[in-house]
Amino acid sequence: MDFTLDKKHEMARSLFRDFAQNEVKPLAQEIDEEERFPRETIEKMAKYGLMGITVPREYGGQGCDELTYVLCMEEIAKVCGTTAVALSAHTSLCIDPIMTFGTEAQKQKYIPKLAKGEWLGAFGLTEPGAGTDAQGQQTKAVLDGDEWVLNGSKCFITNGKEADVYIIIAVTGTVEKRGRKQKEISAFIVEKGTPGFTFGTKEKKMGIRGSATYELIFQDCRIPKDNILGAKGKGFGIAMHTLDGGRIGIATQALGLAEGALDLTVAYTKERKQFGRSIAQFQNTQFQLANLKTECDAAQLLVYKAACAKDAAGFSPASTYSVEAAEAKLFAAETAMDVTTKCVQLHGGYGYIREYDVERMMRDAKITEIYEGTAEVMRMVISANLLK
Amino acid sequence: MKAVKKMSLEDYKGVFIYAQQVDNHIDNIAFELLGKAKDLAKPLNTQVTAVLLGYQVGNLTDELAEYGADRVIVVDDPELKEYRTEPYAHALASVIEKYKPEIVLVGATAIGRDLGPTVSARVHTGLTADCTSLDIGDFPLQPKPNQEQKHNQLLMTRPAFGGNTIATIACPDNRPQMSTVRPGVMQKITPVKGAKAEVIEYNPGFTPNDRYVTIEKVVKKVTETVDIQKAKILVSGGRGVGSAENFKILKDLADVLGGEVSSSRAAVDNGWVPKDLQVGQTGKTVRPQIYFAIGISGAIQHVAGMEDSDLIIAINKDESAPIFDVADIGIVGDLNKIVPKLTADIKAELAKKA
Amino acid sequence: MKIIVCIKQVPDTAGGVKFKPDGTLDRAAMLAIMNPDDKAGLEAALRIKDETGAEVTVLTMGLPKATDVLREAIAMGADKGVLLTDRRLGGADTWATSSTIAAGIRKLGDYDLIITGRQAIDGDTAQVGPQIAEHLGIPVISYAQAIKVNEAEKTVEVERQFDDRYHVLKAKMPCLITALSELNTPRYMTPAGIWDAVDAEITTYNRDDLTTLKDEDCGLAGSPTKIAKASDKVRKGAGTLFKDIDADAGAAVICEELAKKHYI
Repeated sequence: MDFTLDKKHEMARSLFRDFAQNEVKPLAQEIDEEERFPRETIEKMAKYGLMGITVPREYGGQGCDELTYVLCMEEIAKVCGTTAVALSAHTSLCIDPIMTFGTEAQKQKYIPKLAKGEWLGAFGLTEPGAGTDAQGQQTKAVLDGDEWVLNGSKCFITNGKEADVYIIIAVTGTVEKRGRKQKEISAFIVEKGTPGFTFGTKEKKMGIRGSATYELIFQDCRIPKDNILGAKGKGFGIAMHTLDGGRIGIATQALGLAEGALDLTVAYTKERKQFGRSIAQFQNTQFQLANLKTECDAAQLLVYKAACAKDAAGFSPASTYSVEAAEAKLFAAETAMDVTTKCVQLHGGYGYIREYDVERMMRDAKITEIYEGTAEVMRMVISANLLK
Repeated sequence: MKAVKKMSLEDYKGVFIYAQQVDNHIDNIAFELLGKAKDLAKPLNTQVTAVLLGYQVGNLTDELAEYGADRVIVVDDPELKEYRTEPYAHALASVIEKYKPEIVLVGATAIGRDLGPTVSARVHTGLTADCTSLDIGDFPLQPKPNQEQKHNQLLMTRPAFGGNTIATIACPDNRPQMSTVRPGVMQKITPVKGAKAEVIEYNPGFTPNDRYVTIEKVVKKVTETVDIQKAKILVSGGRGVGSAENFKILKDLADVLGGEVSSSRAAVDNGWVPKDLQVGQTGKTVRPQIYFAIGISGAIQHVAGMEDSDLIIAINKDESAPIFDVADIGIVGDLNKIVPKLTADIKAELAKKA
Repeated sequence: MKIIVCIKQVPDTAGGVKFKPDGTLDRAAMLAIMNPDDKAGLEAALRIKDETGAEVTVLTMGLPKATDVLREAIAMGADKGVLLTDRRLGGADTWATSSTIAAGIRKLGDYDLIITGRQAIDGDTAQVGPQIAEHLGIPVISYAQAIKVNEAEKTVEVERQFDDRYHVLKAKMPCLITALSELNTPRYMTPAGIWDAVDAEITTYNRDDLTTLKDEDCGLAGSPTKIAKASDKVRKGAGTLFKDIDADAGAAVICEELAKKHYI
């Protein structure tokens, strides 16, 4: 078992590291302070193919694998949680389901522009009454002649208003399953600018403040019949499969935040002098850093393992990596929260000052334990698989 | 490449310098090279020759004599009006082939670093770039068994590896021994008014060929906006400077040294200087040749941005200021008295040398 | 149009000088990178390729691991990579290095333009580029801060930087240009480029393949300049502190140091 990256992944990592250091890092503090979406960074990423890393070349992508995309997410998240989640929602939550469940026509229409970063992607599942209880969907889609008519709203949508293409989950009817009535849920592709599709509240958040988090509002929004994604009634499964991939993205975001915070803290503890020596010379500091490093390395292994499991599946619709993804996200998110919090502590008073990146990383880390499936849901997935 | 005739090294005599001129005005580097050439010529018991290439440059020979040239070889030709690699290389290489110097010094300028390598390759000899010292000595430095120790060799010392290694180079088996030297490294002599040199006019003939380029346009530089990361000398002020007005004494010091003013975060936060002058963790990282830290305490956030400077000079009234942990020279005292005095002292020193 | 770009793998002396605990230089720990001036030269070649469809070949002389920079160049968009490697070529000064590289270039057949970096951040000599041109008998333009190619006329127009001005020069191709890192901002690799580059075939020449290279012109023996001695600088710690000193004396101390180091 080879735990080292091969040459192409090593080269890819150094590309992503350079890009993150030179292009992403300089803006990280500013976009957080100003709650500004890093549009200019997205454009630069698009120029180098980073918005379509996993998309096959024939669809305008880079033709690389999930592991490569994860390395990109990791390096970016080390310096900016906001930019990382923008990439994650675009790649894992929008490109991935279209590649997996889309018709050839849909792929031809949407994928090249998404892969080249000309269009940005997003995913709308969550509603005010449907978070962890995703079945609590109320947004409706009714077929009227050649069009689906959407009514309802989504909340907390990452890349909201900035994105051009949205995967929207909606209720299309009721079905009977084992004598009980259940919602029939389907998935749709909706483009920004469609009449009846507007944006509501922009959320003010604790962290990833530059990420555009918006309410989506559908009022008699009409989309072509052919914009249903996958078969009617398969939407819930599509959403769950999509979230499996998304969890790998978020796990990587969490991993990067933890590693980035740790790197800064190692440097800080070497320089900071108290009581006549650098604080890195105190055993308490050393033991703390050892713990944090081990947690990060363990998280990294789980993340890479999940990425490799997804690579083995390719764009197959079967859900073969749900558990790996859940473990990676559960562990990496809790690691991120633990590591960033302790890194703030190791910085002392300076850790609380906004000029020091660790405080932003701690604020950014919290959401990784919540979105795209809470830590509690991760535990449900893992235990269900264990106990079946 | 024409075949190299086996030369007898003893045939090569004399210390030559390339007298760089632009717009028929001799560059200061030429005088500095002459100063060093005189030093080298003494133990070699030989004379100093300046090689002057250009068009209508005959009137410049006296100035070269005043700065130490015993002899000036002038190659005067319309093809040499403005610097171009090929006619200049042909001129200098021809002079070398005909007059056989044992040493040739060239300024490490944008001209010299193009002319030097081209000529040294043309005459099949070694070239050592950016020398910081030149001496006459033995090679090998210590006698070695089974190896001839040659005497009266030019020993050329230069930094490499980004300035982190110092190497001493010799060119024992080829002539001339060639070296380029940066401006400001060697000393020119006090000019001897009325000194005259032997003037030799030489023209090897210039036949334009494919290697001659055409000059379409000459564009002189306009002064650019300040980029502290490009400055070779930074005079940096901190909280101790006290006010925006008082930054003037730092500016005066910077001006006299040809440097720029920069600052710590405190000065920026107090509104005394603009943010683009800020050095430090939340400002810019700089690596100048000299960094003056004036009235700067030296907190790690600042030091992180300048600790790789070649020479750090700190002035602070507090002897326990952490800046003194990284300064090469630390002066505990009142910057308001020291800085203006330093500026005056430097002005006097420069006036002496001009 | 055919462009050859000469690049070098160097330790990152500009960005990442590393020291051992005893303060001495730790060369082994330093990252190996593509020399910055060379990268700018490569970017210039790639921009010409973007406009004219030129073929860009990158060439390097070095240890086998120098293929890393060739692959990086291919991942950025270069078409072919060539490595000149042989123990017998080692220890070369600029005469021997430029002779060797010229021999390698002759093996590649016709070319229109050669681009090299102005200088490498380890040797810092800025000699190899002009010397390659000399060995090949072609015009050289150094210190290029802008390059324009006229394919039809077979000429290049180059802004050549001097200390206080620049010249706009026109030269006939084939010619050699040395690039400054200020010439441009080099592009990044792309993930797809990396995928292609790791599998790309690198042409490798050893000493015997370089048939136009004479023994007396290569390696340590073929180097006119010889190293008499070399020593690494030690990392600086605290220097000298002058307290209980009056202002005039303080100023004098500084002035003396500046004079000693020839800053004034």
